Amino acid sequence: MRISLNWVLEVAGLDPDTDPAEVGRRLTAAGLEVESAEQVGHDIEGVVVAEVTAIEELTGFKKPVRYCQVSTGTGEPRGVICGAVNFSAGDRVPLAQPGARLPGGFEIGARKTYGHLSEGMICSAAELGLGDDHSGILVLPPDAPLGADFVQYAGLADHVLDIAVTPDRGYALSVRGVSRELATSYGVRFTDPAYADLPADVAAVSDQVHPASIGDPTACDRFVLREVHGFNPAAPTPLPMRVRLARSGMRNVSLAVDITNYLMLELGQPLHAFDGDRLSGPIVVRRAQPGEKLEALDHVVRELDPDDVVIADSSGAISMAGTMGGLSTEISDTSTDLVIEAAHFDSRAIARESRRHRLFSEASYRFERGVDRELPLPVTAKAVALLAELGGGTAVPGCTHAQVDVPQVTITMAVDYPDKVAGTVYGRDAVLRRLHDVGCEVSEASRPQEPEAASGTPPGRVVTGTGANRYQRPDHGKHDRSKQMLAVMPPSWRSDLRYPWDLAEEVIRLEGYENVPVRTPRAAAGRGLTERQRLRRTTGRSLAWSGYVEVLSMPFSSPAEFDRLLLPEDDPRRLAPVIANPLNDDEPLMRTMVLPGLLRVLLRNIGRGFTDVGLFETGRVFLQHRNGPRAAPILRTDRGPTVHEVATLEAALPEQPLHIAAVVTGERELDGWWGQGRPAGWQDAVEAARQVLRDNRVPFHIRAEQTPPWHPGRCAALFVQAEEGQEWLAGYAGELHPRVITAFGLPPRTSAMELDLSVIETAAAALGPVEAPAISPYPVATQDVALLVPESVPAAEVEDALVEGVEHSEYRGLLEGVRLFDVYTGEQAGPGRKSLAYTLRFRAPDRTLTAEEITAARDAAVEEAARRLGAALRGAS
Amino acid sequence: MSAPNKQYDPVEVASLSPGEITRMRDEALAAVAAAGTLDELKAARLAHAGDRSPLRLANAEIGALPPGARAEAGKRIGTTMRAVSQALAARQQVLEEERDQRVLIEEAVDVTLPWDHRPPGARHPVTTVGERLADVFVSMGYEIAEGPEIEAEWYNFDALNIPPDHPAREMQDTLFVAGPDGGRSGMVLRTHTSPVQIRAMLTRPLPLYVVSPGRCYRNEAQDATHSPVFHQIECLAVDEGLTMADLRGAVQAFVDAMFGEGLRTRLRPDYFPFTEPSADVSMECHVCRGASTRPGGPACRVCRSQGWIELAGCGMVNPRVLIACGIDPDRYSGFAFGLGIERALMVRHGVTDIRDTLEGDVRFSRAFGVEA
Ligand SMILES: [Zn+2]
Repeated sequence: MRISLNWVLEVAGLDPDTDPAEVGRRLTAAGLEVESAEQVGHDIEGVVVAEVTAIEELTGFKKPVRYCQVSTGTGEPRGVICGAVNFSAGDRVPLAQPGARLPGGFEIGARKTYGHLSEGMICSAAELGLGDDHSGILVLPPDAPLGADFVQYAGLADHVLDIAVTPDRGYALSVRGVSRELATSYGVRFTDPAYADLPADVAAVSDQVHPASIGDPTACDRFVLREVHGFNPAAPTPLPMRVRLARSGMRNVSLAVDITNYLMLELGQPLHAFDGDRLSGPIVVRRAQPGEKLEALDHVVRELDPDDVVIADSSGAISMAGTMGGLSTEISDTSTDLVIEAAHFDSRAIARESRRHRLFSEASYRFERGVDRELPLPVTAKAVALLAELGGGTAVPGCTHAQVDVPQVTITMAVDYPDKVAGTVYGRDAVLRRLHDVGCEVSEASRPQEPEAASGTPPGRVVTGTGANRYQRPDHGKHDRSKQMLAVMPPSWRSDLRYPWDLAEEVIRLEGYENVPVRTPRAAAGRGLTERQRLRRTTGRSLAWSGYVEVLSMPFSSPAEFDRLLLPEDDPRRLAPVIANPLNDDEPLMRTMVLPGLLRVLLRNIGRGFTDVGLFETGRVFLQHRNGPRAAPILRTDRGPTVHEVATLEAALPEQPLHIAAVVTGERELDGWWGQGRPAGWQDAVEAARQVLRDNRVPFHIRAEQTPPWHPGRCAALFVQAEEGQEWLAGYAGELHPRVITAFGLPPRTSAMELDLSVIETAAAALGPVEAPAISPYPVATQDVALLVPESVPAAEVEDALVEGVEHSEYRGLLEGVRLFDVYTGEQAGPGRKSLAYTLRFRAPDRTLTAEEITAARDAAVEEAARRLGAALRGAS
Repeated sequence: MSAPNKQYDPVEVASLSPGEITRMRDEALAAVAAAGTLDELKAARLAHAGDRSPLRLANAEIGALPPGARAEAGKRIGTTMRAVSQALAARQQVLEEERDQRVLIEEAVDVTLPWDHRPPGARHPVTTVGERLADVFVSMGYEIAEGPEIEAEWYNFDALNIPPDHPAREMQDTLFVAGPDGGRSGMVLRTHTSPVQIRAMLTRPLPLYVVSPGRCYRNEAQDATHSPVFHQIECLAVDEGLTMADLRGAVQAFVDAMFGEGLRTRLRPDYFPFTEPSADVSMECHVCRGASTRPGGPACRVCRSQGWIELAGCGMVNPRVLIACGIDPDRYSGFAFGLGIERALMVRHGVTDIRDTLEGDVRFSRAFGVEA
């Protein structure tokens, strides 16, 4: 909110020369963050009040041009060329004399133009920094003193405070609210402008005023109308009022509209002016009827929702309550009988209405955040008084006043409660003083009743009863130091104050956050990182050390992307949660795989000249329920949820496992002075997957598999071994399918892996700590065997057979390691066969193995490979 | 170079005459001294100290002497052979040293040559700075808690005292998840990590000290300081007798650990529906320490010469939130404070454009290495 500092200081009763920076600091410390205090008017020099004494219309030009004689009261009149025509001889105007300076450093000189010497410039409002109205020059009232410095005369020297008002503090969206905080901060007595200069009979009702009633008490609890008759629609808005409106960024519209805006800025109450002649029949505040339409002041015809609050007369809806007035009853430049409305609408109803129609106005902004319910009577009284005073006409005595009884809020609070929240001692006097500063009425409360049940029921509870919204704070012995309870009635403008903690915040805020002590934390009894959290860090570091760069990608996806990944129509990875209002219409889905985002990032890097790259990303993916999305209930908040309620919420959420994906392309090992490098390939992707599984210390198996988006002949599925012989699919790795590579525009042979870390971590969490090996001091015996197997037999199965062959024999425990050191296909292997050469390392824990034992153990290994896979020892006949 | 004397006649005892032995010794020593390489020395050793050398052969003749002459001849031969052997050893050492010197020079390599077979890897600073931030809390005894990114509205809003139709809901432009038949799902992409607070309060025993880092989403346009996808980290403490003084202490301890000791922190009133009182946290600029605000002081880019840097939001847990979690607000109180991880990156590492964190440019991650 932008507001004039002069105005705020005036209402707060402070010296107009108060330091703006200090004002900013104090308001910010009080919770009204002053984002800027912009100096205005200081950049205008040499502009004075002058009178136009003669006008000569110049002809022969494309636009009207006037050569005017202007006088500043002393000396000879000057000639000035002017393009505006909204003034006459005898009018007083602001004149920028030669040598004058206008906002933006614009300097005025005497210059020859249109055949005359123009000695200065007659100024428009915009040229003086008062809004954007360039349409004509600013005509001043006839009593403007000739020759007076215009900046002084109009009070232009000011600062504009830009205050970021948080949504809980609607009262601060007015000079009244800001000034109250400032007066409190400076410790000066505050006089509420809402009640200053009011007639005694402000509440008097009259049947001479247009009738109105409240049709829906949930929509509106106060509605006030007053009337002015014989108003002069052409009456100008006084300059000081215009200046203040301009400081808040409000345009000068007409006197009637300017007065309603001015009072809204000053006091925070939105007002609306109807043309009395265009109202037909009694007014009622109600919800819209089905199919009802309204054309608002913005000339848009809207179909109203039955939840919308409207102001209607016998012709139907004439205004969207608290949001925007209707066109049919708008005041015009011929309106002389005005009906002024001020009301108190339900904040949530207005919030819904304004959002539903995407119609955000100064009024709806304030109603949403809470408007003082007591303002409509005094503010309408001020409005009609101003209209009558400044626009002629007469205010009709009395008003129409419809209202619904609203219970007074009373909060019971222990006097030491703010101490308990802040961790300090303010004392009773300070608490009472601060509550008074806020505007509360405070009295001693009788001690609250003991709670009916000592435990089991939530002790904090709001009791809504007849006429009271009472928060009871049961005494658990915590407040023994002071049994004194206060009954606090918050002021009408603070609808945000409902609970003791709201009051505690007020006390602590006004006493200053800087005066809250700092207590060094005691260490809590935490158990450090969990095993999963530890392993996740290890996994990331490990891939980084292996040359993969971690990146983050946007976690959104689309059906088109699933097509590019060759996912079949029934692939579960197409079951992506849908975003109702996506950031980008092309990506309306949450990702079900990390990989596609990573491929996009890879492309970006390649485009930027990084062609030899390995990338990885860890993040959640999102999988919708198979039978479609579910809906999560909105639970109550006045107690903790039941186990069943929590289960219902959780059941609605999509699965969100944590995945890790890596992609590698270009040269995995670079060419260099050492010689040739090595291109990245499926092996690197599979090895990256192996590495993740190894780092997590889970036993796993690899099998060939065919699944998109991988190359059907170069795709490995990785399974972790869970307890009891179960295997869980952890993910896939290998070269990407050539069609996927084409669809994404990736380099050939780009390879990738994606694993479900949630699965891996679950398997890892079931494992205990590492068991230390027994280190045998006896010598190792190595045996090399070359096995001929059909080409289709995977090496992993041969190795499994070798290991298990020994383990299931009497030589169990002797095989220390197996390493494949050669793969050979060719003539000597025979057609359709390959030779796999392994080194077997044998060692016993307690002795040196004999040659016979070693041979027998080797034979046990080879026999199992022969039995399972038809492996033949190469070289053997 | 000398060679074995092929004319030598072992039968003639004259070979053991003192003159002859002196001659053999002189020849041997001359050959040793003349050896310029280890190979030449090896040949000299063979010729003058080997099994077939004149001295060894002469030594073998001692038995042919009359017994009275044997002792003297033996002594003479022994002394001579020792002298030759010493000369050989000395020469061997000299030549080896020369050889070592030369070979080391010849085998020298350019040790500055690169061996970067693999382009370097790195972790993302959002990860590593997030870990560092979390570790500050872990070291204070907090435990890391996590939650889902598609979250029930009740967790994300209602339970946090952000009721429907309240302007506070609109402060956080929300991405909604579509429900059955395109209707409302009651689920959102979480707009902050605060729903993890609710989850922790519902599932963990009291007292409770948790810290939750994670990814959040807002429906807002991307620019240098805003991103629709970003990361937060926040801590929550719920215990008996916690006050705002404890909150200030935790904030100060956090800043001490993250930015170094001695920087002041400042709380100013703010509004978050789930805390009351609420505050924003600023810390003294760790770069200029306020020097930029003094007259004539140097300008500071990090704090824009304000002297203070806005870092986090915090507050005492609103008792309404405790009630929604079934916690007795008369027995327990709590505080929470949280900040954007990207914000921490900007402050601590001078990241100026938040978009760098989501583009995935390898140069960005690589600059931070494996641990930021
Ligand atoms: Zn600084």
